[in-house]
Amino acid sequence: MTEPVRTLVVCCLDWPLTALGVAPSDPAMVLASGRVAAASVTARSAGVVVGQRRRGAQARCPEAVVLERDEVIEARRFEAVVVALSNITPWVEVQHPGTCAFAVRGPVRLFGGEEALVGSTAATVQRALDDTLGTGTHPGCRIGVADGPFAAGLASRSAMGEMVVVPSGGTPAFLAPLPVSVLERPDLADVLVRLGLTTLGALAALPVQDVVARFGSEGMAAQLLASGLDSRQLHMVAQQPDMAVGMDMDPPVDRIEQVAFAARSLAGSLHDGLARQGLACTCVVVEAETGHGERLARRWRDEGAIGAGAMADRVRWQLEGWLHGPPSVRPTSGLVRLDLTPEEVVHAGSHQVGFWGGVTAADERAGRALSRVAVMLGPGSVGVPEWRGGRDPAGQFTLVPFPEGPVDGSAGGAIGPVSPPSDDPPWPGVLPSPAPAAVHPEPVVVEVVDADGHPVVVDGRGVVSAEPARVCQGGGAGGGVISWAGPWPVDERWWDPLRRSHRVSLQVVSDDGLARLLVLERGSWRIAATYD
Amino acid sequence: MALPSSLLAEPEPFDDLPPEDHSAPPAVTLRPVPTLVEAARHASPTTLAVERMLPVLPALAGLVPDGLRRGSSLGVSGPGARSLAMALMAGATSAGSWAAVVGDPDLGLVAAGEVGVALERLALVSPPEPSAWGDVVGTLVGSLDLVVVAPHHRVGAETVRRLMARVRERGSVLIRIGDGPWPDRFDLTLTVVDGSWEGHGSGHGRLRLRRAEVVATGRRAAARERRVVMMLPSPDGSPTAPELLGGG
Repeated sequence: MTEPVRTLVVCCLDWPLTALGVAPSDPAMVLASGRVAAASVTARSAGVVVGQRRRGAQARCPEAVVLERDEVIEARRFEAVVVALSNITPWVEVQHPGTCAFAVRGPVRLFGGEEALVGSTAATVQRALDDTLGTGTHPGCRIGVADGPFAAGLASRSAMGEMVVVPSGGTPAFLAPLPVSVLERPDLADVLVRLGLTTLGALAALPVQDVVARFGSEGMAAQLLASGLDSRQLHMVAQQPDMAVGMDMDPPVDRIEQVAFAARSLAGSLHDGLARQGLACTCVVVEAETGHGERLARRWRDEGAIGAGAMADRVRWQLEGWLHGPPSVRPTSGLVRLDLTPEEVVHAGSHQVGFWGGVTAADERAGRALSRVAVMLGPGSVGVPEWRGGRDPAGQFTLVPFPEGPVDGSAGGAIGPVSPPSDDPPWPGVLPSPAPAAVHPEPVVVEVVDADGHPVVVDGRGVVSAEPARVCQGGGAGGGVISWAGPWPVDERWWDPLRRSHRVSLQVVSDDGLARLLVLERGSWRIAATYD
Repeated sequence: MALPSSLLAEPEPFDDLPPEDHSAPPAVTLRPVPTLVEAARHASPTTLAVERMLPVLPALAGLVPDGLRRGSSLGVSGPGARSLAMALMAGATSAGSWAAVVGDPDLGLVAAGEVGVALERLALVSPPEPSAWGDVVGTLVGSLDLVVVAPHHRVGAETVRRLMARVRERGSVLIRIGDGPWPDRFDLTLTVVDGSWEGHGSGHGRLRLRRAEVVATGRRAAARERRVVMMLPSPDGSPTAPELLGGG
C-alpha cells in the first residue's frame, strides 16, 4: 500500500453562483434539474439548503434570484484559475469546475514550506478571480492541505478562514469526528448511521474483514477513506499505453459542436476499450492541438469513474474555456488533433452498477439515444414526466425537456419526482381513479345539448339545467349520450382574479363506446380528456 | 482530404451502440443454476437485456402468455388502444427497460402511472416531420427496449422495412397505436373490439371500470386467436382480472 499523497485542494466557494456573476451578498440560488445546486450566503441563512426542491427553497427565501446552472460557463471561468495555478505547478488536476488539486511535494520545495505555498496559492487564485470576475464580486477561495485528496478536499470545505493545513500524519485525527455523510455515498451513509456508526472515526475503527464481509469493496473503499488512506492508489493498475485514443482532424475543425461530436465518439471508444478489459477511468488527460501547434492539456478527475458522456462533456468544457479564454492563450487556428489518455484506471467492478442500483447500461444507452433525438428534432422535443400536482388531469404532470439532467453520462431519467411524494398534501376535488388515458393539451370545444336541442348549462349551485343528450362537435349532429355522471364543480384560486379557474367537470359515455371528460368553463364546453 | 471517419459516421442514426451489443444471448448450456438466476435478477435489472422476452403485467398473460418477444412488432387498435398500449409498457418499464412514445402528445401520464408504467423510464417525443420520422424511430429502437409510435402520416413501406430490420437486430419491440394503414403485417395485433364502462348512470356515480374484450391475432406461434375480457382499467387504474373466453 502506498502512502497517501500530500495534496492541496483549492475550492472556490459557491462556484456555480460565483461563475454566473452573483455577488456573495445577493440572495440567489442556482438550480440544476429542479433542485438547489448552490445558494448564496444570504439565501442559506434564510434556510435554503443544497438539494432542496425549487418550491421549498423559494418558500424559504422568496426574494432570491433563481438561476439555471450553466456548467459550460462554470468550466470556462474556472479555466482562468487553472491557468494561473499552472505558474505554481504544471500538475493541476481539475476535479470539477470550482475545485482543483495538486500534489504538494514538488512545489513545496520551490516555495520553501507549506505555509508559503498555501499563501502564494491563495494570492494567485485571488488575483485570477479578481481579473476574471472583478474585485469584491466573489467570495474567494478556501485551501485545504492534508494527506490524500479526499481529506484535503474536506479540509478546504471545512475551512472557516482562508485555509486549513492538517499536519502530516494528523489526517486520521482530522477525519475522525466528521459525519459519515461526507463520504458522499448516501445509501451507505444511511445504513451506517442506522448501525450507530455516525462518524468516520467509528467506521475506521471497525475490523477490516467485518467491513468487507458486510459492505464489500464499496465499504472497504469507504473505510480506507475514513482512515485517511486513499483508495485510488490501492486499486491503481499499471497503465497500458495502448489505451490512449486520439484522432486527427482533417480539415481542421473550428466549431465547438463539431469537436464535441468527435469527442463523444472518441470518449465512447476509449470507454469501450477500457470496459472490455474490465477497467474504468477515474482520471483522464484531454489534450488538443491546433494547426499552429498550440497545445492545451488538462487533467480531469472524478472519484466515481468518468463515463463516456461525462468525458465528452469535459472535453467540451475544456475547449470552450480555451476558445473563450484570455486572448494571449486563445488558439489561433482550428483543431487538428484530440487525444484522450486515461491517466488512472481502476478495476471497473466497484464502479459499475451500484450495489443499491444506480445508472445501468440500459439507462446510459437510452440517455444517449434520447439526446440524439433531441438534437435531431430541436430543443424541447423530448420530454420526461415530472409530477407537479393539481386537480386538472392536464396539469398534474409536466414534461421536462430531456437533456436537462445530470451531465454525467447517465440517462437523466431521475430528474424530478415522477410520482406524488408521500408527504405531498392531498388535492381535494381531484378526479378519482381511473384517470383518463388521453389528455388533450388543446381541448376540443363542443356543444352539449339536451333532448330538445337546448344547450345544457350548470347553475351556481352545481345543478345541470337538463340531462345532456348529445355532444356536438363543430356544429355537426354529434354523438348521443348514453349515460353521464357529475357535475363536479372546482373553484380554484378564487382569490386571484387573473388565474382564477371556476369550472365544472362531467363524465359522459357516448354511443361510440368512448367515455369523455367534458369541462364547462366560462360558458363553453370542451373535451378535456378521453378515457381511451 | 477525407474527414475523420467518426465525424462522417455521426449523423447516421444507426451506429450509436458499442459493437459488443450484437453478441448473441448466452447459450442454454452455460446458464447458471436457477437460484443464481433468481438472485441475479433481483440484484440487477440489466440482466433482462439479454433475455428474449420483455415481461408483461400478469393481467395480460391471457393475451401475450410469455411476454413481448424481442424483435417483434405489435399493432394496438380499437377504442381503448392507449390504455392497452400503456398496459403493455408497464411490465417492461418496471423491470428496468426504457420506453419512448413518439408522436402522441395526448398520452395521459396520470393514467400511465396508475396502469403501472415506470414513469422514470418513459420519454415522450413530439411528433417528428414525416421525413424525419424513420430516422427518429430508428434511433430509438436501436437503444430503447420499447418504442410506441402513433404516426399521423402514411408511413412508407421502405421505412417500415428498415425499421423492422433494426428492431430484429437490436431486440427491441415496436408498438404502433391506431387504426390507419400500416405497410407491414404485425407479429401480433391486439384489437379492443368491445368495451363498456360501468359505475355511472344518469347523473350519479362515476366511471369506475371498463370491461373490454381484446382479440389477439398474430403470426407463427401467435397465429391462434386469443380472446380475453379484462378490466381495462379496473377501479384503481390498473388492468386486472382477465377471463379466457375462447380460442382454445
